[in-house]
Amino acid sequence: MDILKKSFKKSIWVFHLSTAACNNCDIEVLELLTPRYDVERFGIKLVGSPRHADALLVCGSVNAHAKPRLLEVYRQTPKPCLVVAFGSCGCSSGIFRDSYSIVGPVDKVLKEEDPDVKIVYIPGCPPKPEAMIEGIIKGLEAI
Amino acid sequence: MKLLFYYLVFPGFVFASVVGLLTVWLDRKVSARVQWRYGPPWYQGFADIGKLLYKEVIIPREAFGSGFVTAPLFGLAAVTLGVTILCVSFFGMNDGFIGDIIVVWYLFAIPAIALIYVGSTSGNPLSSVGVSREIKLLLSYDLPMIIIIVMMASKAGSFSIQGIMDWQRANGSNISSWYGILGFAVSIFCIQAKLGRVPFDLPEAETELGSGILIELSGGLLAAYELSKAIMLFGLPMFLIILFRGKGIIGGILMYLLIVVLLILIKNTNPRVRIDHAMKYFWGWMSGAAILAGILAYFGV
Repeated sequence: MDILKKSFKKSIWVFHLSTAACNNCDIEVLELLTPRYDVERFGIKLVGSPRHADALLVCGSVNAHAKPRLLEVYRQTPKPCLVVAFGSCGCSSGIFRDSYSIVGPVDKVLKEEDPDVKIVYIPGCPPKPEAMIEGIIKGLEAI
Repeated sequence: MKLLFYYLVFPGFVFASVVGLLTVWLDRKVSARVQWRYGPPWYQGFADIGKLLYKEVIIPREAFGSGFVTAPLFGLAAVTLGVTILCVSFFGMNDGFIGDIIVVWYLFAIPAIALIYVGSTSGNPLSSVGVSREIKLLLSYDLPMIIIIVMMASKAGSFSIQGIMDWQRANGSNISSWYGILGFAVSIFCIQAKLGRVPFDLPEAETELGSGILIELSGGLLAAYELSKAIMLFGLPMFLIILFRGKGIIGGILMYLLIVVLLILIKNTNPRVRIDHAMKYFWGWMSGAAILAGILAYFGV
């Protein structure tokens, strides 16, 4: 089992989920796949279905419309999985915090569903690619 | 006992999956270098399989459970059997039987049929779109490839792998003649479609259908699928080596690398085609070229 656990850290497949983001973080994620930062070195790749994912990359301050979708995708992801609250909005709802439609940042919504959810916070508006790589590595150490 | 060893260890499951997963790594590394990236480390294919085995398996509520679980394993078993029959004849461990080349080609079709079964039992609408595409693709690439196989077999006067290799040892490799080159070019595209790689990856289009036919597979079932795909990536170039080059270990390894590099370059230089384009391409151009190769072979050019 130990070797399987080790291989988990060497092969993280990421599903990218946008919950009412301003799209800036979504664009910044693509930077990780370019030659300069190439995260495939660490076995990280983007996948098309949450069923294949090991990490959910959630951008955006979650609003009432996006909340059921976020919970549904989290339930569809096979465990163990890592959730990355991405950007200032993902970590704390950012400047939209007291808006009428916001139901809270990512961690608050997901902890209602699963109190043991493992969340990594990567602040920044948008975060730098170096910060994203460091955040994901810290999250893997925590698992 | 000996047959069980052939099937499970060498040249069956263990050998084929190790070589297949290393080829998967080669594929990803060369693709990365084409795009000026660094690419994954050599153990990436093994790490992916290990990780998928570590994860939870989710069976959707709408799915037909037992079929959903057994079909990927069935595909894996069939493709391992196909590779074993091929390599046992190639390495000269066994004489094979009459008609084994046809048997192997249809054993390689079983993973696709298992995938069609999984996709249609999973109860997902995106998956059913993928299923319809996979069926059409299966029908379209089979026609030119069967023409090529029958042409090579009738040229050699034998429907067994051993007979085709013996004929080539006596009369020179098929690849060194015009009909051989044309047939080789056609079959490269056919195996590209059979492996579900980029110009023909429409059943599992990642951005368009969210992985399409594979969308509900998770954990160990996805690992079984990935492993059968890796074994196919070893088995199908072996099939072409037997059909077009015949015996010889060193030349076989060189030709294996040549075929894999051709597959990678086709993958990296082409966008995904539409299903009607793919069918028109295989039933029109590719079948025409295969028939032309047959005519050339008849006249012995």
